[in-house]
Amino acid sequence: MGRTLAEKVWDDHVVRRVEGEPDLLFIDLHLLHEVTSPQAFDGLRLAGRKVRRTDLTIATEDHNTPTLDIDKPIADPVSRVQLETLRRNAAEFGVRIHSLGDVEQGVVHVVGPQLGLTQPGTTVVCGDSHTSTHGAFGALAFGIGTSQVEHVLATQTLPLAPFRTMAITVEGELPEGVTAKDLILAVIARIGTGGGQGYVLEYRGSAIRSLSMEARMTVCNMSIEAGARAGMIAPDETTFAYLKGRPHAPQGEDWDAAVEYWRTLVTDEDAVFDHEVFIDASELTPFVTWGTNPGQGAPLGSNVPHPEDFADPQERVAAENALRYMGLEAGTPLREVAVDAVFVGSCTNGRIEDLRAAAAVLEGRKVADRVRMLVVPGSVRVALQAVEEGLDKVFTAAGAEWRHAGCSMCLGMNPDQLAPGERCASTSNRNFEGRQGKGGRTHLVSPQVAAATAVLGRLASPSDLSDRFADVAVEA
Amino acid sequence: MEKFTTHTGRAVPLCRSNVDTDQIIPAHWLKKVTRSGFEDGLFEAWRKDESFILNRPERRGATVLVAGPEFGTGSSREHAVWALQNYGFHAVISSRFADIFRGNSLKNGLLTVVLPQETVERLWSLTESDPSAEITVDLEKREVRAEGVTASFELDDNVRWRLLNGLDDISITLQNEADIAAFEATRPAFKPRTLPVS
Ligand code: SF4
Repeated sequence: MGRTLAEKVWDDHVVRRVEGEPDLLFIDLHLLHEVTSPQAFDGLRLAGRKVRRTDLTIATEDHNTPTLDIDKPIADPVSRVQLETLRRNAAEFGVRIHSLGDVEQGVVHVVGPQLGLTQPGTTVVCGDSHTSTHGAFGALAFGIGTSQVEHVLATQTLPLAPFRTMAITVEGELPEGVTAKDLILAVIARIGTGGGQGYVLEYRGSAIRSLSMEARMTVCNMSIEAGARAGMIAPDETTFAYLKGRPHAPQGEDWDAAVEYWRTLVTDEDAVFDHEVFIDASELTPFVTWGTNPGQGAPLGSNVPHPEDFADPQERVAAENALRYMGLEAGTPLREVAVDAVFVGSCTNGRIEDLRAAAAVLEGRKVADRVRMLVVPGSVRVALQAVEEGLDKVFTAAGAEWRHAGCSMCLGMNPDQLAPGERCASTSNRNFEGRQGKGGRTHLVSPQVAAATAVLGRLASPSDLSDRFADVAVEA
Repeated sequence: MEKFTTHTGRAVPLCRSNVDTDQIIPAHWLKKVTRSGFEDGLFEAWRKDESFILNRPERRGATVLVAGPEFGTGSSREHAVWALQNYGFHAVISSRFADIFRGNSLKNGLLTVVLPQETVERLWSLTESDPSAEITVDLEKREVRAEGVTASFELDDNVRWRLLNGLDDISITLQNEADIAAFEATRPAFKPRTLPVS
C-alpha cells in the first residue's frame, strides 16, 4: 500500500525500530530560543553531556526581545537574564546564535525558512508549539517540551509515539479578499481545538497548491491550534523556487540531488488517510474569532453566537465563559465590535507578504483615532525588506507604530501588552485569556482584516473600506 | 525523574474545557530559567478570584486535578507541568489532553490519566460534594479508584515502564548510540547544516 507524505518523511528518519518501543527518530534541524531552552542546557551540564550536533542546531532570541530601544539594555531584569542565559549557553556549547541586533535575528519560525534551513523531507523540532509552521515545506516539524529539547541536544534524536494521518483537502479558488489565515481559522472552527489530536495533517487540493510559501506557512503554523501533532504540505515548484539561492539551500550537484529527492515527497495515490476533511474554497469568507480559543471563530459577516446554539454542553459552557471574558453580547454583528488595538505580526502573519497586504489596505488611509496599531516584522530581514519597499512609511503615515522584530504582542512577554479589558484585532494565532496581556481580549484576524479594522476602529474587511470611501465620494 | 507507582490524594475538580497552557502558567512566568518556583504562577489569573476552586480552604493540599476535555492545549511550555508539580499535583485526569502537554507531563512523572467524560463527571460530582473524598491513581494496575468509581485507563506499556522505574529517556537513548552514529553516516550530503556558510 502507498504511503502518505508524513509516513515517508517519518520512515526516512527512523534510527531504531523495535517492537513495543516508540520509534527513535533522527532530527535534522533543532531550533532554539530563550524561553524553553535554559532548563535543557542546565540538564546537559548536570549530566556532563555535550550538544551532539551543533551543526544541526541554531538559536535566536525572540520571545522576550523589546521592539523599541533595542540598542539600550533590556529594562526588564528577568527578561535580560533569560536572554543572557541563552547567549551564555550558546557560547559554552558552541551553538550558533542570532541575538538582538543581529541581522538574522527574528521569530524562530520566520528565521529557519528565510535562511533556507527548513527544507522538504527534513525533521524539524523546536521547544515551541508553532514549529508546525515549517511543515509548509514538506518537513515533519513539531513543537516539543524542554525535556525533549534536552534529549535532542544530547542525542539528535527523539523517541516518538506513532501518529495518525488526516487529509484536509481544499479544492477550488479562494474568493477575492479571502486569505490563508481565513482558511485555517475556518478549518479549526470546523474540526475543533482537539480535532487534530494525534494526527499529522496534510493540507492538499488546488486551493493549497496555489498558495505562496508564506501563505502555506500561515496555514501550517496554526495546525497546532487544532491540536495536531504537525501540519504538512507536499513540496512542489513553489517550494523549490522559494528555496533556491537561500543561504543554506543546497547548491550545485547537491541541489539537483535534493530536488530529485524532494519530488518523491508526495502522498502516493493509493495511500489511505486515517481521516479526511473536505473544504470548498469558494465558500470561505473572511473569518474572525469571537471567543477565547482559536476554534471559537465565525465569518466576519455573522453575529456573535448564542451559547444555546451549541449542542455540546462543554462547548456551551465554554461559549458562555468566553463571551463573559470577551465582554461580548450574543447576537451582536461581529462588524460592530469596536477595538482598541491592532497587532500585525507573529510567526503566523509577520512575513513580508503579510506586511505588504496590511500596507496595501492602509495606503492613503488613517488608523482610527482611538486605535493603537503595532506593526512588528517577524524578523530583521523582513523589516529590512519592508523598509526597502517603503512599507514602514505607509504604516507610520497611517498612524501605526513600526517596531523592531520579535514575538512582541503575540504573547506579551516583552513590554508590548494589552491593558486589562482592551480589545485587539491580532494577526497572531492565539486568543487565549490574557495571552496578549492580563485581561486583554483578542480577535484573531488576517492582515487585511487587521488593517481594515484599524481604519474603521471596528472589525472590518477591506471591502467595508471601499464602500465607505464610495459613500464619501458620493456625498462630496 | 521520580518513580510513579500509585498515588492517593484529595482532588480539585476543574470543570472547564480547553484549559490552555497560558491559563496554567501565564507567559511572564516563563522568564525564569529554573524548573522550580512556579507554584504561585499556577492558574494565576483565575486565582485572583477568591471563589476560584483552588483558593478554597478545603482544597488545600489536594494532589489530583480532575479537569475538563482538551486540557493543556496551546503552547509547548513544559513550565505548565512544572507549575502543576510545584504546586503539589501528582496526577491530572481528563477525557482529552493536548499531545505536547501530555508528552511533557509523562516525561516529568506527572501522570496524566485519560478517562471517559462520563467517568470524569462522576469524579467531579463526587469531589464537588465531598472535598475530603480521595482518588487513587494506580499505575501498576492502570486503574483509578474513588468511592463508587473503579475505572481502568490505558497507557502505553513503554511509557508506563519508564514511569514505574523513574527512568531517564536520554540515558536509554544513549545506550543505542551506535544506531545513531550508523544513521548519521548515511545521511545525504544535501541535508542542511546550521554552521555559517562561507
Ligand atoms: S510569534 Fe507568537 S506564536 Fe510565534 S513563536 Fe513567537 S510567541 Fe510563539
